[in-house]
Amino acid sequence: MTDSKYFTTTKKGEIFELKAELNSDKKEKKKEAVKKVIASMTVGKDVSALFPDVVNCMQTDNLELKKLVYLYLMNYAKSQPDMAIMAVNTFVKDCEDPNPLIRALAVRTMGCIRVDKITEYLCEPLRKCLKDEDPYVRKTAAVCVAKLHDINAQLVEDQGFLDTLKDLISDSNPMVVANAVAALSEIAESHPNSNLLDLNPQSINKLLTALNECTEWGQIFILDCLANYTPRDDRESQSICERVTPRLSHANSAVVLSAVKVLMKFMEMLPKDLDYYGTLLKKLAPPLVTLLSAEPELQYVALRNINLIVQKRPEILKHEMKVFFVKYNDPIYVKLEKLDIMIRLASQANIAQVLAELKEYATEVDVDFVRKAVRAIGRCAIKVEQSAERCVSTLLDLIQTKVNYVVQEAIVVIKDIFRKYPNKYESVIATLCENLDSLDEPEARAAMIWIVGEYAERIDNADELLESFLEGFHDESTQVQLQLLTAIVKLFLKKPTETQELVQQVLSLATQDSDNPDLRDRGYIYWRLLSTDPVAAKEVVLAEKPLISEETDLIEPTLLEELICHIGTLASVYHKPPSAFVEGSRGVMHKRLPARTGSGEGTESPDVVNAAAGSAPEAAPSIIPSQGDLLGDLLNLDLAPSTNTVPPPTTSGMQMGGMDFLGGGLDSLLGGDIVGSPAMGAGFGVAPAVMPASLNAPVGGGLGDLFDLGGGVGMPMGAYIPPKTVWLPAMKAKGLEISGTFARRAGVIQMELVLTNKAMSVMTDFAIQFNRNSFGLAPAGPLQVLTPLGPNQTIEVSLPLSTVGPVMKMDPLNNLQVAVKNNIDVFYFSCQYPISMLFVEDGKMERQVFLATWKDIPNDNESQFQIKDCHLNSDAASNKLQGSNIFTIAKRTVEGQDMLYMSIKLSNGIWVLAELKVQAGNPNYTISLKCRAPEVSQCVFQCYEAVLKN
Amino acid sequence: MIHSLFLINPSGDIFLEKHWKSVVSRSVCDYFLEAKEKALEPEDVPPVIHTPHHYLISIYRDKLFFLSIIQTEVPPLFVIEFLHRIAEMIQDYFGECSETVVKDNMVMVYELLEEMLDNGFPLATESNILKEMIRPPTILRSVVNTLTGTSNVGDTLPTGQLSTIPWRRAGVKYTNNEAYFDVVEEIDAILDQSGTTVFAEIQGVVEACVKLSGMPDLTLSFMNPRLLDDVSFHPCVRYKRWESERVLSFIPPDGNFTLMTYHVNAQNLVAIPVYVKQSISFFESGSGGRLDVTVGPKQTMGKTVEGVMVTVHMPKTILSVNLTATQGSYIYDNGTKLLVWDIGKLNPQKLPNLRGSLSLQAGAPKPEENPSLNIDLKIQQLAISGLKVNRLDMFGEKYKPFKGVKYITKAGKFQVRT
Repeated sequence: MTDSKYFTTTKKGEIFELKAELNSDKKEKKKEAVKKVIASMTVGKDVSALFPDVVNCMQTDNLELKKLVYLYLMNYAKSQPDMAIMAVNTFVKDCEDPNPLIRALAVRTMGCIRVDKITEYLCEPLRKCLKDEDPYVRKTAAVCVAKLHDINAQLVEDQGFLDTLKDLISDSNPMVVANAVAALSEIAESHPNSNLLDLNPQSINKLLTALNECTEWGQIFILDCLANYTPRDDRESQSICERVTPRLSHANSAVVLSAVKVLMKFMEMLPKDLDYYGTLLKKLAPPLVTLLSAEPELQYVALRNINLIVQKRPEILKHEMKVFFVKYNDPIYVKLEKLDIMIRLASQANIAQVLAELKEYATEVDVDFVRKAVRAIGRCAIKVEQSAERCVSTLLDLIQTKVNYVVQEAIVVIKDIFRKYPNKYESVIATLCENLDSLDEPEARAAMIWIVGEYAERIDNADELLESFLEGFHDESTQVQLQLLTAIVKLFLKKPTETQELVQQVLSLATQDSDNPDLRDRGYIYWRLLSTDPVAAKEVVLAEKPLISEETDLIEPTLLEELICHIGTLASVYHKPPSAFVEGSRGVMHKRLPARTGSGEGTESPDVVNAAAGSAPEAAPSIIPSQGDLLGDLLNLDLAPSTNTVPPPTTSGMQMGGMDFLGGGLDSLLGGDIVGSPAMGAGFGVAPAVMPASLNAPVGGGLGDLFDLGGGVGMPMGAYIPPKTVWLPAMKAKGLEISGTFARRAGVIQMELVLTNKAMSVMTDFAIQFNRNSFGLAPAGPLQVLTPLGPNQTIEVSLPLSTVGPVMKMDPLNNLQVAVKNNIDVFYFSCQYPISMLFVEDGKMERQVFLATWKDIPNDNESQFQIKDCHLNSDAASNKLQGSNIFTIAKRTVEGQDMLYMSIKLSNGIWVLAELKVQAGNPNYTISLKCRAPEVSQCVFQCYEAVLKN
Repeated sequence: MIHSLFLINPSGDIFLEKHWKSVVSRSVCDYFLEAKEKALEPEDVPPVIHTPHHYLISIYRDKLFFLSIIQTEVPPLFVIEFLHRIAEMIQDYFGECSETVVKDNMVMVYELLEEMLDNGFPLATESNILKEMIRPPTILRSVVNTLTGTSNVGDTLPTGQLSTIPWRRAGVKYTNNEAYFDVVEEIDAILDQSGTTVFAEIQGVVEACVKLSGMPDLTLSFMNPRLLDDVSFHPCVRYKRWESERVLSFIPPDGNFTLMTYHVNAQNLVAIPVYVKQSISFFESGSGGRLDVTVGPKQTMGKTVEGVMVTVHMPKTILSVNLTATQGSYIYDNGTKLLVWDIGKLNPQKLPNLRGSLSLQAGAPKPEENPSLNIDLKIQQLAISGLKVNRLDMFGEKYKPFKGVKYITKAGKFQVRT
């Protein structure tokens, strides 16, 4: 007797037969009939035609039959809304039943019927059930609120169910609390600014109590909710951590990972010298290792998260390398993730083991895995210098196998090794050249061409080799074409006599026969460079290359911080912020790690604290821009970004930063010509005099920068740059006079200095340093004063700044203390920067978010200022302000008075909202500023004044 | 939260669908089926797939795909854990988890799924509670039900549902009160060609079968709890007592459950019970090769190693093998390219050996990869980590229960590289 009997059909037709049975008088027959209907439904057959007959069976005291009918109703009510009304009466009656199981079942089922007409009738029973004496009914009702909200959000708000739900967080029964939290979290997800889960120390305490007593699933909901809380100080943070730690030993891996998230986040606030901090670090490793012995699907998610954790806090797992060793019967998706983490954990201590493993993997069957293993060997060489030699010889062994994809992969990584350790391993070039013909993948071809071009003087037949590639120039991918162009130009500069013809050929192929703008532009740059000043060309093209950094593929620090707050979620699996992929996430709040505070600093407003944390990662590593990025490609001119410097927090900003120190050079080389090509213009937009208009481009990735150019041109103003003032008079600095100003160009903050030598002797060895300051400003590179500064000479230097330096609140807020050193002495001065240079390009808030935030910020934080004698109309003002990244979100005209609503985002994530009143004919503007950190208001106001009046 | 569930068999047929919110068309599974086509083995299908409107999170278990559809941001581990729970529930109710069993019990599975999840939130996942709400099928019960017209669905609220010990129901009664604990340890290890341990760890688990009346409160202590620094517990275990006294104190669920899992990865603690001497070589000419494998006991703590089995994944080009085993028998499956040598008990006096020649497909080149060996083994009455239960005490009830502890060591993922 199995359920397969329900699938047998008879001649008369199934539906007909079932109808008769459903209307039978016999209970047993009815039940069997309903079971048949359900069985058909589960395999996807359409049995909706039986709706009235099934619903007729609902009035019964047999619980099983009732449940079966309910199952049917949930599935088909939507397609038969009018009929579904028939069921309402029974539901309402059931909600009054003395048996709590029936009451709960009724309210639960009603919520699943997604028919508007029914939801109206649901409100009263639901209200009763939310206050039911039986906790089982209450917890079911809590979930029902979430269901109802999904169907009709307005109704739920109007009926006040949200408040009732919030009250349930204080319920005496832990399961009710857990379900209330789960329901609220789900509702909150569709209303990011609704403040539904308003957490305070009292509610946190309740949640922590419930955490110990509720089911494993409830623990997950509560832990995820806790993770959104920001403790007031390190003591609170520690006490939460202490109470969450036991969850690390839970059998359910989802509980474990959610607990890890809470700990990783709150740990951020603990002082590092605290004993407890070390204890906590030690406690985190075992549960993470345990996750890796679970089922492969769990391992996969765990590994993706461990990848983030290892980047944030490598110390946790540094001794656990072995658990990441690959077993041959691991699924491929687990193998690839393990490999990634092995490289991240590789260090001098364990490199021998790692290499032995990688070599083993390189002989496996799976192509993707083998490729990644070969690549990993190269990354080890770059990361651990002591191992480089062994890595290279391992790679050569692998090349000898002649397995096509192994050879190609090996050549790509050897190129990187050359860049990291120049003049060390070039002896292997001959072996590489032997394999030239077997290369058919663009990346490998490009790598080989780069090697040939770079070491043209050592390869006798370099010209022949390159010429052979040139034959099929048009069929090559862009990557190879660009590389070939550069390589041949290099070759020409090294051996000009023999290769004149070759270089002309490639330049004409690139500029005249190609449709690819990047290729054409690069061709033109070289062409002009070569024809104007070959010496300069040599200096530029054959310039000393900055070494590539040790760590590659690192997640950019701000993103990493956000992802750490999302451990255990889909975001952590994709390594993208939820806003990048969650559908319908309107203005998802970006999460940030809390700041480390001593309890003494508690007086500072929370936002400043928050902001400080966001911009103070320890030892920010640099990142190689990914291939295929357009800007990255342009930079590939081999003048690639200096990767040894501390980058500003955004990727695109960093690329610009890298470009910057070339700016001067190229600018003078190319003069005005550069404007002719828009793509290039944006790439080189740093050249100050040439394209101020392009500087409005928002930070958002290389491409965004390029395309926003069109819009940018129409704008009349660039960012406001205050005139240069003398910061350090010559009298005070033994003849060195420093004047300067600050500017923000294309997302990069720059300090523009004019150094004048008024002494009698030559000055050399310039260096600069900042004291800690309110916004973490720090030089992003060394002070580039290349030539010694002779007496009475003046040099203009622009120094890119990052905002990831150490933070200390200054008074006034925008004060900056600077130390400049030269061969004579060290000199100190302080200056004030316009806060407007910290306004970031993505500071335009969504309207709704603006409204909600404006309401949200307490009125005490509002400050009003007057700007006198300003004769711009509102549009001109708005335009002008936009140049300095003050964005107008909306404009309203009330009785001849224009009200402009604006938003500003500071580089540390503080938002400032502004309302500017402009009355026609009245030169005095009124401005109201609202910000969670009201200290900045004064500075912001000064900027308004400065921008509008200049 | 979890929106829908589809059960799919290895050939790609969807044989069950359940929706907890609105109905999602089964065409959404096409993305999954596409990924399944691309994967070489069913095990290789990525567990998280992103489609334009949904996320598909799946597990592959008992030769079935459990595919869940997600629409909002949900912890993927939560979903995966839950899917495994569904598979366990089916196993628990019907004795096995297979397509046939699900199809035969379609309605009950459907009712169970409805009880397990409400609006995508887990409702009742403890087997004790589920069984009170929907009784598992037995032949006797189905006869009684047909005669009396009663049903399989309980009509009172399960007692454990809301108490602080949801895993145990009230009013449990046995005539024989017994509590058994199995300490099962699996050795995961990778040995290299020379027999050196590359990596080794022990995955231990304490399985319990507790049939005790009333509300017993148990305390289990170990001789050497120091071994255990990486543990996960069943929710019933009081963590505080473990932290302070290193004993397991708990009110057990009724019946079978996993009390604790643990993990020993300090290399010096992991004994490797067998050694393998092997040489697998192929002739340069590419016509064939030789295989010679010997297995012998190493650190066995004086116990006999049983159930020894060696599995070799041969390269694709191996056509046939011609071998002689001094003990046990071997099978070579040309379809899966698996060579399985079933040895049985290991006799230290006379070491089992398997040797002979391998022949390759005509014209095939010398294989690139080296085949790996997988070892299976079993040691009765030994926990290889040395873990020993000291005593079990019961409080809260008056009767004297019958107690028993069993130890067993097995090979987990135990592989030897060549």
